[in-house]
Amino acid sequence: MSRKILVFTLFVSLLLAACTTTASTTDLPGEPTTLTVMTHDSFSVSQEVLSAFETANNIKVNFVKGGDTGATLNRLILESLSGSTPGADVFFGLDNTFLSRALDQDLLEPYNAPQLAQIPAEFKLDPENRALPVDYGDVCINYDKAWFKQNDLPIPTSLADLTDPQYANLLVVENPATSSPGLAFMLATIAEFGEDGWLDWWQAMKTNGVQITSDWETAYYTNFSGSSGRGAQPMVVSYASSPAAEFIYAETELSESPTASLTGAGMCWRQIEFAGILKGTQNRAAAEKFIDFLLSQPFQEDVPMQMFVFPVLPEAVIPEAFQKTVESPEQPASLPPELIASKRDAWINAWTNLMLN
Amino acid sequence: MTKRPALLALALWLIPLAFLAYFFYQPLIAIFRVVFSERFSQGWEFFEWSQVSRPLSFTFFQATLSTLLTLLVGLPAAWLFAKFDFPGRKGLRSISLLPFILPTVVVAAAFNTLIGPQGWINQALMALFNLSAPPLKLLNSLPAILMAHVFYNTSIIIRIVSSSWSRLNPRLEQAARLLGATPWQAFTKVTLPLLAPSLLSASLLVFLFDFTSFGVVLMLGGPQFSTIEVEIYNQAMNRFNLPVAGLLSVIQLGITLLVTLLQNRVNTPRYGKAALNPERSALRRPAKRWQKIFVLFMVICLILLFAVPVVSLITRSFVTLEADRGQRGEVAVGLTLRYYRELFQNRSGSIFYVPPIQAIRNSLLYAGVAILIAGLLGLLTAYALAQRARFNKFLEPLFMLPLGASAVTLGLGFLLIFNRPPWANSRFPLMIPIAHSLIALPFVVRTILPAIRSIPESLREASRTLGANPLQVLLKVDLPIVLRSLLVSLVFAFTISLGEFGATSFLSNPHAPTIPVAIYRYISQPGALNYGQALAMSSLLLLVCGLGSILIEKIRLPGEELF
Repeated sequence: MSRKILVFTLFVSLLLAACTTTASTTDLPGEPTTLTVMTHDSFSVSQEVLSAFETANNIKVNFVKGGDTGATLNRLILESLSGSTPGADVFFGLDNTFLSRALDQDLLEPYNAPQLAQIPAEFKLDPENRALPVDYGDVCINYDKAWFKQNDLPIPTSLADLTDPQYANLLVVENPATSSPGLAFMLATIAEFGEDGWLDWWQAMKTNGVQITSDWETAYYTNFSGSSGRGAQPMVVSYASSPAAEFIYAETELSESPTASLTGAGMCWRQIEFAGILKGTQNRAAAEKFIDFLLSQPFQEDVPMQMFVFPVLPEAVIPEAFQKTVESPEQPASLPPELIASKRDAWINAWTNLMLN
Repeated sequence: MTKRPALLALALWLIPLAFLAYFFYQPLIAIFRVVFSERFSQGWEFFEWSQVSRPLSFTFFQATLSTLLTLLVGLPAAWLFAKFDFPGRKGLRSISLLPFILPTVVVAAAFNTLIGPQGWINQALMALFNLSAPPLKLLNSLPAILMAHVFYNTSIIIRIVSSSWSRLNPRLEQAARLLGATPWQAFTKVTLPLLAPSLLSASLLVFLFDFTSFGVVLMLGGPQFSTIEVEIYNQAMNRFNLPVAGLLSVIQLGITLLVTLLQNRVNTPRYGKAALNPERSALRRPAKRWQKIFVLFMVICLILLFAVPVVSLITRSFVTLEADRGQRGEVAVGLTLRYYRELFQNRSGSIFYVPPIQAIRNSLLYAGVAILIAGLLGLLTAYALAQRARFNKFLEPLFMLPLGASAVTLGLGFLLIFNRPPWANSRFPLMIPIAHSLIALPFVVRTILPAIRSIPESLREASRTLGANPLQVLLKVDLPIVLRSLLVSLVFAFTISLGEFGATSFLSNPHAPTIPVAIYRYISQPGALNYGQALAMSSLLLLVCGLGSILIEKIRLPGEELF
């Protein structure tokens, strides 16, 4: 038994050793300002780009991730409701489906960043500049190129096409109540068919055997035939940039992406992501610098490879792999943010009642 | 003299109670206050009854069904381990513990590699019968949920029931047979009533785990299935319908409390000395033909249940299955180390990249701190419970409640109370090991308590008479007896902490993810390499957990209960 105790003590002391080494790393000289940025799980930035910002401005950026976009926003709202001090200075990752909720809750302070002048008006949805656009991406249906070729089926060019019996059981979508691409796609159908007609389309899709999953991960890796999961459905609701990821993160080098997006008019939903300074921050100056950084060319050019979205800054250069594999949708759908905010719950309930019962 | 145990118990309770009040009840109350504050509730009209009744009835339904199925597998398995000696017995016992400590992310991935559309079973069937589409559609269905629950919880039935079964005196059954009872009668009239307390206690524990199931239902069940815990998550995080989320978590807490109280009542089996096995070991080699068949059948079943999903995950992490891509035409299957090598590369130069060693180190670090806290508090609590004090009866359930508290609700509470330093420390998020120790505490207490209770008071008295001071008594009498079960409980707490995902994902620092959080990161991005890396990382976690479970088996006393 004593040997076992010895092994165990060794084990514990190893742990303690691991403990002490972490505590003593990264001590920066010169007392930088610490800026806390609340963001969603998908946020990423290159080490190189961020370090340049940090050293130039003597700011240490500390990221807090709050789950997906909705969860992160809800976390901030909860904090503000409970009256506790905000846990962060800047919020990155608010999108146009949640914009109104954040603005209604009065979470953000306005900031007229100089760089805004360079950004096209179509992205600037908040006239008071509390939420500043940083990037955009499109939620589109991805399809498995090889499958469509083998089965000699025409590529659908509109949402209405998908109700055709020849596409029966071929599409997997995410539940809009639990998944943000799912929600975006549901909104695209509302934009396309109007508040009177969208449920009829979904009813037709239900009859046509549309598959539903709770999250993007299951839809993409379990159901979709174009991913490594190689599931049964050759069409999945994902992002216009997913084909680029399939191309870049392929196991063996490919000459083209195995998947592509359906980009017909009204088939995609444009997601615009915003950043803003959180109300009550003690670091307003540093927060402004960070927002300027988000809109600057180095960060804007870093965005595609890090988060698989597109920069809002027109002069930002987009990597070749993206130009090669990502198609731009013809007329991406959109709805006024105020309408989304007021109807979202009712729409989700209607969808759930129709599709999941 | 009669007052001393009560006083001592009270003193021992002090620290654990303070810890629990501060880190468990305080955030819980804080979140309920926000949830049910004036701002939100407009009378009782804030919810529709169906929002509560639907998840509630499904939760009861699946938990009951899962528990029954688990019993169906677990009971013969318990008999196997209680009565028979066979080659590979120890190994099988070790494997049977593995599922219990695996995180749901890994279990979901393992089941996907086994029964998913491109899982091994479907691959094999498609190759055998030349099919173009996967014939088995098991994912996103009730059977997938039930299978995962049976996989997870059979070990609980095996552990608890087999240990009390092996302690039953076989002569009682023999006597019944001698008096003319058939084997079935002897089993139902003699053995079953004696086993009833541990059987009931194990079933209630399994029921509790199935009842609060989150990851399994979310990841394997699909959108049409929603347990209370999943619905709390939906309502709180996706819909921001906090009053409904709060109401659901109050209901869940209430039911958990009821089940734990019930479980505590039946937990201590009381039967006369005559029922206990006088011999040290009741293990027999299977002699009769039917016994041999039974043993062989059960061993095969258990290997299928426990080992196959795990092996399937590991093998898949070494195999590429190139999707049917236009330029290649055919499916290319090959062995590869690519996924593992890729883990060590930061391709995009992201600041959030974490080398696997770093993630493993983070996990080990949090787990190390968590076992220190859980071990210390567990010892104090177990000693307090071992005293004869009337209020113990009321305090014990307080400590079991973290088992059934919704991780989402607690996580939100944590965010409200502990969102500033020193708790929200960016270098070392202390709340992670604290949350883990809260989850592990009930297990630690339950493992240590029987050992402490087994120390005869006369032993301590004797050493006192011989001149030992209280510290010496503790070190020379108690410690040697308690040490082993303390070690077991710590290794157990360690693996719980390694696999914990729900609370960790809420509290973790994006620069210092744990292994399960890193797995989740890979699987939430498109691309074959990301998927492969998630599997490779899962296999690494499996390895670490496997080592833990072997360690548990090595230091466990024979016949000792684990829960």
